[in-house]
Amino acid sequence: MPRPLNILTGVYALAIYGFIFLPVAVLVLFSFQGTLIPVPPFNGPSLRWYNAVFADRRLMAGLWNSFLVAVFSSALSVFLGFLAAYGFARFRFPGKGPLNGLMTAPLSVSYLIIGMGLLISFNWLGVPKSLIAAGIGHVVINMPLCFAILYSQMGDHQVNIERAARDLGAAEWQVLGLVTAPMLWPALFASFFLSVTFSWDEFIISFLLTRFDNTLPVEIWSLLRSGLSPKTNAIGSLVFLVSTVLVVLLELTLFRKPKS
Amino acid sequence: MTTSIDASLPGSQSTAAYRWLAFAPLPYILPAMLWTLLFFAAPFVAMLLMSLWQLSGPGLDTTPTLANYAQFFNNPAYFQAMVNSAEVTAIVTVVSILLAYPFAWILAERVPERWQRLALALAVLPFWTSYVVRSYAWLLVLGERGIVNQTLLGLHILSQPIQLANTRFATVVGFVHFFVMLLTLTIYANLKQLSPSYRKAAADLGANPVQVFWHVVLPLTLSGIMVGAFLTIVLAIGDYITPQVLGGNNELLMPQLIMLQIGRRGDFPLASALSILLMIVVTLVYLAMARWLKLERA
Repeated sequence: MPRPLNILTGVYALAIYGFIFLPVAVLVLFSFQGTLIPVPPFNGPSLRWYNAVFADRRLMAGLWNSFLVAVFSSALSVFLGFLAAYGFARFRFPGKGPLNGLMTAPLSVSYLIIGMGLLISFNWLGVPKSLIAAGIGHVVINMPLCFAILYSQMGDHQVNIERAARDLGAAEWQVLGLVTAPMLWPALFASFFLSVTFSWDEFIISFLLTRFDNTLPVEIWSLLRSGLSPKTNAIGSLVFLVSTVLVVLLELTLFRKPKS
Repeated sequence: MTTSIDASLPGSQSTAAYRWLAFAPLPYILPAMLWTLLFFAAPFVAMLLMSLWQLSGPGLDTTPTLANYAQFFNNPAYFQAMVNSAEVTAIVTVVSILLAYPFAWILAERVPERWQRLALALAVLPFWTSYVVRSYAWLLVLGERGIVNQTLLGLHILSQPIQLANTRFATVVGFVHFFVMLLTLTIYANLKQLSPSYRKAAADLGANPVQVFWHVVLPLTLSGIMVGAFLTIVLAIGDYITPQVLGGNNELLMPQLIMLQIGRRGDFPLASALSILLMIVVTLVYLAMARWLKLERA
């Protein structure tokens, strides 16, 4: 390979990395700003705004609410997706193709439309806006994902082991819980953490379906309305940190090369 | 994974592993199915119904009418929002692919194998942050007193700050940032799936590197690009945050218009009709792309 081309590709790659990390770098740097506005010149480092974040009751409540919604909606998504994947992988039944299509349909509809449909329905039924309503919406968007991941990981090679368990007298729920689930645990963890990541970051469904108790992205949204503040940088950096930790966990489960 | 084991058992058909019992799978698939019907399909039908009704005073007039749809075509401001959305989405899709493809290619072909996973993971790390935070971060960069303006002023390239935030440009930058990462992931995966023997064969037959890329690599990754492009279109055209935070209210995109109907007047019928029109446009784009891909393959 001629050298000028090597230099060109290197410069290009660095430029793209720069573009990708520029906003994040600015976000994190100015979260340590000592003064009132997160723009140059940088006065710091100071932990002033992190203290402000931890002292902010609403933000802390949002953090906790987001955590609750993410964990519970993801657990339910994985549970429902796992059962459905088992049904699809181990049985042949009429209408399988269209039903598969229905299961994964929410993946191609934008969150705004899913959220608005739910808002209209809940209004009609008199279901009040709440974290549970938002959680229901998060299961709608995450269950298809869990289903797709788990379905793709259920192979025929597990069938014989399941059959052996059945021959040895295991009840169907024992087969599922003690044999199939343990064999699939990397995929189960991966779909759980992926769901948590998406639920944790999701804005529009929570925005439409919550009122008094909000998730963190909705709280951050209302902070944004008061303009630029290093406090928003601080909470944004914390969100970024949590997302990064989740992604590292994902990397260790979903994308881990299988040991052979 | 599964195929290797099947192959080791000559004569074993994968179908033999299934059980054929019409009602036996019900306990497994029913809960998920019910959830999808109850909280996805039914709300969609509700929205469809709602779009045929009209707001009247504090309540709803439930005589079926297409008035909300007519309003979209008759009110230039509404129609303009769709045009804006289509333009922004098209620009974002094209720019993102043009930026991401060479980057994914460098990651897949020029970075040593053992560093590739790390390089890729780093390249898409901000992809996983909340998009509220990501849009806000771009506001810090593009704002009147943001990094870009301060730098250009400091270098005396500018004498006064230029407006970058609250423009279409800012919306496009915010979107491109996200989709470059998404497309890098999908295109990288595509390039890695490509067997090196194609390239070797082309080279053996006398193609130079440019010809190999143009006549072999690019056509073989085209379907992957189209899948990524479709993902980009669906996600970009339905996003409210990026245009609202970065573009402001100078020009409205469809999601902003829809949210405006809900927020300001509680006009759910009109918001529903606009949402359904948006879905129709996305579906048409999908059909066009699927058809184009089919023709391309034939």
